Order: sequence, then C-alpha cells, then structure tokens
Amino acid sequence: MAYKVIHYINQFFANIGGEEMAHIAPEIREGAVGPGLGLNQQFKGEAEIIATVVCGDSYFNENIEAATTKIIDLIKDYQADLFIAGPAFNAGRYGTACGTICKAVQDKLNIPTLTGMYIENPGADMFKKEVYIIETSNAATGMRKALPKIGSLAMKIVKGEDILDAKTEGYMLRGIRKNYFADKIGAERAVDMLVKKLTGEEYTTEYPMPEFDRVNPGAAIKDLSKARIALVTSGGIVPKGNPDHIESSSASKYGKYEISKVSDLTSAEYETAHGGYDPVYANEEPDRVLPLDVLRDLEKEGVIGSIHPYFYTTVGNGTAVKSAKAFSEEIAGKLLNDGVDAVILTST
Amino acid sequence: MKLEIGNILITDVQFGNVTKVENHVLYVNKAEIKTLVLEDERIENVTIELARPGESKRITPVKDVIEPRVKVSGNGSMFPGIISKVDTVGCGRTHVLKGSAIVTCGKIVGFQEGIIDMTGPGADYTPFSKLNNVCLVIEPIAGLKQYDYEAAARMAGLKIATYVGNAAKDIEPDEIQVFETKPMFEQSAAYPELPKVGYVYMLQTQGLLHDTYVYGVDAKQIVPTIMYPTEIMDGAIISGNCVSACDKNTTYHHLNNPIIQNLYKRHGKDLNFMGIIITNENVYLADKERSSNFTAKLAEFLGLDGVIVSQEGFGNPDTDLIMNCKKIEQTGIKTVIVTDEYAGRDGLSQSLADADVKADAVVTGGNANEVIILPPMETIIGTDAYINTIAGGFDGSLHEDGSIKVEIQAITGATNELGFNKLSAKSL
Repeated sequence: MAYKVIHYINQFFANIGGEEMAHIAPEIREGAVGPGLGLNQQFKGEAEIIATVVCGDSYFNENIEAATTKIIDLIKDYQADLFIAGPAFNAGRYGTACGTICKAVQDKLNIPTLTGMYIENPGADMFKKEVYIIETSNAATGMRKALPKIGSLAMKIVKGEDILDAKTEGYMLRGIRKNYFADKIGAERAVDMLVKKLTGEEYTTEYPMPEFDRVNPGAAIKDLSKARIALVTSGGIVPKGNPDHIESSSASKYGKYEISKVSDLTSAEYETAHGGYDPVYANEEPDRVLPLDVLRDLEKEGVIGSIHPYFYTTVGNGTAVKSAKAFSEEIAGKLLNDGVDAVILTST
Repeated sequence: MKLEIGNILITDVQFGNVTKVENHVLYVNKAEIKTLVLEDERIENVTIELARPGESKRITPVKDVIEPRVKVSGNGSMFPGIISKVDTVGCGRTHVLKGSAIVTCGKIVGFQEGIIDMTGPGADYTPFSKLNNVCLVIEPIAGLKQYDYEAAARMAGLKIATYVGNAAKDIEPDEIQVFETKPMFEQSAAYPELPKVGYVYMLQTQGLLHDTYVYGVDAKQIVPTIMYPTEIMDGAIISGNCVSACDKNTTYHHLNNPIIQNLYKRHGKDLNFMGIIITNENVYLADKERSSNFTAKLAEFLGLDGVIVSQEGFGNPDTDLIMNCKKIEQTGIKTVIVTDEYAGRDGLSQSLADADVKADAVVTGGNANEVIILPPMETIIGTDAYINTIAGGFDGSLHEDGSIKVEIQAITGATNELGFNKLSAKSL
C-alpha cells in the first residue's frame, strides 16, 4: 500500500484566487490539488496525496492559533505518514504559514513534515531548525526544479531511510549536530587543517563557533532586609536518594524541594547527584554547595527579609545549553510568580 | 632527543606460567600479577580477567588503560617519578607490546568510570575494543577513602603495565619507528623554509580526582612548560583522573598521543615540529589566566607559526581552551583546536560552554550526548551496577536483559580530544 501524504497549499495554488481570496478559512479536499498533482508524479506510486488542506494566507497569519487548531482537527483522522506544505517560494506569509503548520503537525500529531521555500523567505529563518525546508528559487517558475527534491526527501522520510547532509538532499542547514565516522582520525584532520591554515589554503572548520546568549546582571537590590531570596543550584544538591532521579550528567530535568522547615542541609538528609566533581565534600556538608545554613543566619539577623520556601536544583554537568535555558526560563517564571526578589545561584 | 619505538605486535593474550611473549602471543602469570597488586595494603582483592577483540565481554567501571612498554636503552625507565626514578626520558629505545593493554577497573567515584565493549556497536566507539586486554578489577579494603582508592588503582595499573612491559625487553620488534626533535636552534635551522609548529597539550587538572601527573608532579601545581615530544612516549605524563569516560585521556592515550604522531608524520615535509607546551586546566580564574598567558608567551618565545591545542574534559575546561586559542592567535600564531561537543541528545544545543571568533579552525571528536544502545554481553568484567548513574547514563539506562541505553559519554575514549578516533560531528 502506498504511503499516505497530506498536502497544504494556499488559496493561490488551489486556484481559488489571489490576494482578494487570501481571507478564506482552512478547508480540506480529498486527493491532490494544484502542485500536489506534480508531487504525486514524483512519488511513482509509492506514496499518494490523500487529502489537501487549503487555507488563505491572510487568514492563517491573522488567526495563527485558530487556523492551526482547525487544520490539526481536519487532518488528525487520516493517519498520514507525512505532511508536506508548499513550496512557498518567496511568498512571505505563505512561507510562515508552511513553517508554522509543519511544526505544529510534528509536535501535536507526531507526523513528520517537509516544506520548501526560498532562502530569504522569512519562514526559512523561523523554522529551518525544526522543519526540513527544501531550498527553492524565489518564484513559482522554479516549481519544476523544486518538486523532485521534495519528492526524493519525502520518500526517504516515509521509508525511514538515512537522510544525508543538507547540501546533498537540498534542504536548509538545520544545525543539528550529528555524529559520523570520518575517513581519518581527528589528529590527522587537525594537522591537515593546520597545514592548510598556515599555507593560506581553504579549510573547513568542523564546528563553526556559536553565537552566545550573554545575560546582563540584574539591578542591585535596594533593601535586602525586605527581600525574599531563593536558592537555585546547578550543583546537584537533592534530598537523599535523589527522588526525581536527576541524571549525574546531561540532566533532562530539575527538582523543586521544600526547605521551609530546614535550617541546615545535613548529610543524613541531602546529597549531590552531580557526576562532574568529586562529591565527597558536597555530601559531607551539602550547605557547601547550597548555602542554606548561613542564609538562615542572615535571615535571623534581619540582613535578608526571608528565604523562599523551595529551592530549585539540577545538574550542570554535560547538560545541553538548550535544556539549561528551558529549565531556567521555567524556574525564573515560577520564582517571579512567587514574589522572589533575588536568587543566589550556585554552580560547581 | 631521539627515540626509537620498537613495536612488538601482539595478536592474543593468554594466562601462562611465565609472563612472556612468544609468536605474537602475550602470556601473563596471574599469580604474580596478583601478588604484585596485593603488595599495596589498601587493596583487599584483585580479579584478573582477559578480554580480546570480538569477545562478548563488557568491561566496566573502567578507570584507566595503560600500554605495556619497557625502556631498552637510553636514560631512565618507564613512568619516571612514579614507578621509576625521576630521570629524564625520551631518548634511546623503547619496546612496546602493541595491541595489548592493562585495564584497571573499580567503582572509585561511580559516576566517572567508563564502559568498554569488546564487540557490538559500542566496540566501534572505543579504541580499546581492538586490544588484547589484561583487566584488573581492584577492590579496596573496607572504609578506604576514594582518594586513596584512586591512588592505589592508579599505581596498580602502572605497576602491572611495567611488569608486563618487561616481557618486551629482549624481543626483536616487528617494526621500528624513529622520532626526533633537536634542541631549539638546531631544530629551527634544520628546516628553515618550513613553518614552525608546536603543540599545546592541555592536561586535566580540575582537582578532586581530576588530576594528571608529569614526572610525578600533580600538574595543578605546574606553570606551563616545554617538553620534547618523545618524553611523553616514555610515560612522562600519566592519567590520575576520574572524569567522564568519553573524553578523559587515559595513560594509553598519552603514550600514543596521535597529535604528536601526526605532527611527526609531516615533520620535515610540511612543517617543522618544534616541541610541546604542556599546560593545565585549573578551576580558579587566576590560574586559567596565568596558564593561558604562559602558553601564548611560550609559543611566541619558541617563534612558532602555528600550534594545535588539544583539550581534556568539557564544560569548565572549555574556557581554558578558548583562552589558549584566543591569546595565541593574538600573538599572530595560527591555531587549530581539538575538542568534543555536548550538543544535547537531539544535537540542537550549542556544543561548547565558551566560544570566540578566533576559534575558526576546530576539529571535533563528536557529540558526547548522542545516545546508543549497547546489546547485552555474555560476560561482565567488573560490574554493571553503576550504569544508571554513570556520567552519560540515566534512570533506566540498564535494561533487564543487560542491554544498556546510554550517551556515548559513558564509553571510554569515545570522543577523545587528542583526535584518537575517526568519530566527528557535522551539522545537518
């Protein structure tokens, strides 16, 4: 049986009309429509467009949430193997719609997706990290060249075949780091690269430097004696036994634990889950990493207003920046909600 | 300094009545090894097991891997300042039992030891699956502190490697390689037309069981200094550290440092290999500043045109790596850095904890967070009781049938930052 594909296009490619019809709400039609007919030919009978969603570009962009929900609802019972949107070429709103709906279908229905557009389409920068976007020319005259690339990658995705690098397959670089075995060992590659760099020959770095997200320090607290202070750590201090099983490296989660009745973190009750440093001193006296004991003294002395009744903790060891960023955004949101004025953030 | 390395190719390892090499087979006397290891009163017991390429065996928790070598001529003996007197080594001839290794195992920290699979998909990620290994599973006496346990296991490994290495002394090597770096001015004059190249060798010295030793000195306490490359081949630098298995340099890695080997391969052809600058990775900012100032100063002092900088570990040492790179580049010397990546299990995160635009020539040993499934093995040498909490493991890593789902971080040597492996990563 052929793989089932659902296709998304705008009002223009559905032959409904141009800008004057861009307001139409999402609708679904059985089978292929417009460029979908050309796509079907690429599948050579191994896959087939079983339904086409048509939506006006203005409608989608002005009602992103409603449009997305409606489209998900329209297609969810088809049990499709793949969702293809566009190609959108250089049409900005169409490109944004293609990216948005692909990401939503991936996330909500767990169906792989694929789209195509021109590299300068604003949808490209917004979604190329999360969605396969085949690079096309800037106008619909490039349809004939775009369809074979879309068709070929589509077949690889549905068949679960190895997807090669961006250049070979024709999709935009997603920035996903993927391991592979090179022809030469790293040391030989390093010496090759150095010789080229010294002689002015062209070479390719294996890891282009990322751009860093630098954070400016917040404004100083004017009156500490009224401030509510929270303790947050990436040093892995957890209640004994690590009840939430935070990983010793590459943490996938953080923990939130109550300390309203605790004035000292003892080795009987707390320990570290961190696998990147010698845990002996942290386990002997967990306050060394999460300084609750001295903070309680300061609270008693009236130097600080109060200590937030919960501490947040994770393991910083080998943890992806993306995960750390997600944890910190959630934690910061909760602390703000709880009226916390300042945080003592300890690392190891 | 000129050193001849005589490789005696080992294709099998067996227990025997006498420790010796015959027809490329290494025979080891179990009782003698046991007696030697148990001389250390900190060690309660040692189990000695063999693991050969292709066997269905998993070795874990792995602490160190050491290649048996022996000095045949020239000054000093193997592992100076630790096993032998602190003589300067790196000259004369050294024999190597190529294809064999001593593997020390024990739950020293629990988080920071690794896995070596001798077959299956995991074997592709560790160079030690291709060796004939004599494994020492070392159990400490009750109540022994982990610092003492680490020291005892470290010494046991070096001692047995030396004992086994002695069997190579009177054997005719199958191949001989010659490595030579001359005194600075002579070396510089030898190839005046070639770019002068050095190697900045970063040693793991974050402390608290993250230590490396140079002629017996804890490298935390050194300021960066210059060495002849051949000194390293005679065991002047050894591993004493317990850090994520994938990118710690075992003693085997130091002895066989592939950056040194590959710089020598192009020596006199495309470059003039002037020598090594060793440096550390201390955790205090002032130490990082001082050490990186020193590497840049020494590189300039040596009149170098280019250097390769290799890292050990990740996270905190990323800052040392970038400081070294940036400051050396600022002196006008071109750099290539060798590192590995922690890009998350999905590969979508930025890979390093520090970065600089000057680091425009990077070689990567791969993304350590990538997940692999290791099928069950018939034999476990050591214990797999720590798999869920090992760095790279997670809750549920160890399955009931003995298979393991882990990040390659847990595999000894998987993303080595001396460029030991073919593994790399690219952006998709």
